[in-house]
Amino acid sequence: MARIGVFVCHCGTNIAKSVDVERVAEAAKSFPHVKFAVDYKYMCSEPGQNIIKEAVKEHKLDRIVVASCSPRLHEPTFQKCAESAGLNPYMVEMANLREQCSWVHDKTEETTEKAIDLVKMAVAKVAKDAPLTRGEIPVTKRALVIGGGIAGIEAALTIADCGYEVVLVERTPSIGGHMAMYDKTFPTLDCSACILTPKMVDCAADPRIELRTYSEVEKVEGFVGNFDVTIRQRAKSVDKTKCTGCGACLEKCPSKGIPSEFDAGMGTRCSIYRPFPQAVPNVPVIDRETCKMFKEGKCGVCSKICPTGAIDYTQEDVVTTEKFGAIVVATGFDLWDHKLCGEYGYGRYPDVITSLQYERLMNASGPTGGKIKRPSDGKEPKNIVFICCVGSRDAEHGFTYCSKVCCMYIAKQAILTKDKIHDSESHVFYMDIRSNGKGYEEFIGMATCNCGTNYMRGRVSKLYPKGDKIVVKGNDTLIGKPVEIEADLVVLATGMQPVHDSVDLARKLGVSTDKYGWLTEAHPKLKPVSMLTDGIYLAGACRYPADIPDTVAQAAGAAGKVAGLFAKDSIKSEPMIAYIDQNSCAACGLCVSVCPFGAIEIEDVKDKRGNVIKQAARVNEGVCKGCGTCAASCRSLSARLRGFEGSQILNEIEALAE
Amino acid sequence: MSEYNPKILAVLCNWCSYAGADLAGSSRMHYPTNVRILRVPCSGRVDPMFVLKAFKSGFDGVIVLGCHPGDCHYAKGNYYTRRRIPLLKNLLANLGVPEERFHFEWVSASEGARFAELVTEFTAALKELPPMGKMI
Repeated sequence: MARIGVFVCHCGTNIAKSVDVERVAEAAKSFPHVKFAVDYKYMCSEPGQNIIKEAVKEHKLDRIVVASCSPRLHEPTFQKCAESAGLNPYMVEMANLREQCSWVHDKTEETTEKAIDLVKMAVAKVAKDAPLTRGEIPVTKRALVIGGGIAGIEAALTIADCGYEVVLVERTPSIGGHMAMYDKTFPTLDCSACILTPKMVDCAADPRIELRTYSEVEKVEGFVGNFDVTIRQRAKSVDKTKCTGCGACLEKCPSKGIPSEFDAGMGTRCSIYRPFPQAVPNVPVIDRETCKMFKEGKCGVCSKICPTGAIDYTQEDVVTTEKFGAIVVATGFDLWDHKLCGEYGYGRYPDVITSLQYERLMNASGPTGGKIKRPSDGKEPKNIVFICCVGSRDAEHGFTYCSKVCCMYIAKQAILTKDKIHDSESHVFYMDIRSNGKGYEEFIGMATCNCGTNYMRGRVSKLYPKGDKIVVKGNDTLIGKPVEIEADLVVLATGMQPVHDSVDLARKLGVSTDKYGWLTEAHPKLKPVSMLTDGIYLAGACRYPADIPDTVAQAAGAAGKVAGLFAKDSIKSEPMIAYIDQNSCAACGLCVSVCPFGAIEIEDVKDKRGNVIKQAARVNEGVCKGCGTCAASCRSLSARLRGFEGSQILNEIEALAE
Repeated sequence: MSEYNPKILAVLCNWCSYAGADLAGSSRMHYPTNVRILRVPCSGRVDPMFVLKAFKSGFDGVIVLGCHPGDCHYAKGNYYTRRRIPLLKNLLANLGVPEERFHFEWVSASEGARFAELVTEFTAALKELPPMGKMI
């Protein structure tokens, strides 16, 4: 006979404030097979766990119900607790009294009744729990990092430093990401390229890191320690083993004037290109959309000029499927498209540009060689207006969230503008200044006091051209007056948004995103670099807007998690998988056809002498993931799911019968 | 006599909908107290027997929630549920259980508000019907 213990948690006041926990514990004592029930303030704390362990010993309990928070949070905690009390860790059930009861209901009679019912269900289920044993699965000690920005680079380098192989997949022709596009970084004004490019070179030089630029992840299957990932290497049309990166092809290509993605459209490139001179790998690619050879079938200039014969127009995409033990997602962000917003001219005025475009104008390796020139006439701007929160904190046009970095980079751009054009004036329209990082507040002070930037608290209502100027109409809410400035150049601090196909990637990975499309971490406080799917980690701005220090810290954290996983030779597998009662199985094959993983097959069943007596289904335990679709389909109830047996679930439902 | 409060059984897949219900909690959204949540690994695990048993046990309504198409943690468990549901609805109709008492919806891990909304709406809809009573 089962001997059940019920442990009801107050969770401080989280549960106790709307559920009468003492009454729940009292009611639990009358449920079938319950030999002991108690309530305590924090069941997950050490004294709380000791109460469980002592009760197991004293009352000879063989299974327990913990009525506390969501099993998604603390099931492993109480499984471990049960294990150390000498129980099988799978003889534990949880009643979710917090997320699904006290937090969603006020303190009423019905709330406590619901809590009692939830405990009753858990007791009914645990009564039919059977001890389960975890299996062992080997770990492939090879990591996949998706995204080659600073997050991906840092993660790849750290994992490689720990001694493991890494494949770094990047969609564009070079690693470096957004950080490679920046001029200087706040709050120290370090040159972005000077701190980033050595890391890029390290990535290329490390024998444990394999760079796959111009590649994308197509499909992800498998599970922690054993992912099968399909990667598409797009045809570069240049043989990387022959190319020396001399750049002769770049000069001779006749298809010039294509807006450069790397220069955010401020500069141009040709059809055969590398995004920037310090690109890693330093191998150009041919953009087949614009290349004359691919469009018209004639040209071939690059092929004729190449001294090593590296150009290969017949190259095709290569699709490979490889094994990885862990995945780090570091796919970064996109900038919000200000063309959606009428107040800023829908992108019609050439002298209204985004902060990233301005960054390229200031950058020594940018299209103007670091001289700030207006896009319209190439003149040096003297009067520059910066507008903060473009798309951020703007529920009407963009997003409600704050993009976190804009206040700081605007201050940086104002400081650098003063540095490059001494007689210039910078005006900043802001909503609030958010400068909550190390040295950030002082940096704002540098922009306002040392560089004389004119900060005005208020929104801009309209921009319109007047002669060769842009008139900016806004409000200074601190003095309560409308403001009108005739600007030479307007810079929009466009906020960050999830990469346009982040939801597609999340689907491929089987992970979730929030309503905006940012990837969701396993726990917002305690598991910020893990995802709910084991073995998949995340870092940087694919999770939420982040600046470079935060991104690097998260990347190192994610890499640490990967190294922790790879330090083990095998991991424990979940035992909650399907099995077949071959006595009653009629080998109809329905389970075989519905199994999403092809884990079930029909086999011959033999007697002791080796004679085939019948056929029956069999579950391949290494392949089964435990969804239970077979169990729901089986006509003879022979296909069953450990941990979620039909008898357990029916018992749960029946427990609530009146 | 106190107001009739329909009893609802919500069968939630562990990966999307159960997480969505948790999110409703951590976002402190409110919904009626009359729902009892049953966790299953996948909506594909939902044996029609569970639904029949729930009605037999005196539940006034059953709602099965799973991952959106394409999001299933087990690749396609939810597709099987989607195909099973119309058959089950037919069977329920023959047993005298009107269609309005049984719902199947998609709720993702990020749709806490949707979960709270579905439960609230379902409760209101069930209040329009008389109590289920015992089937047998």
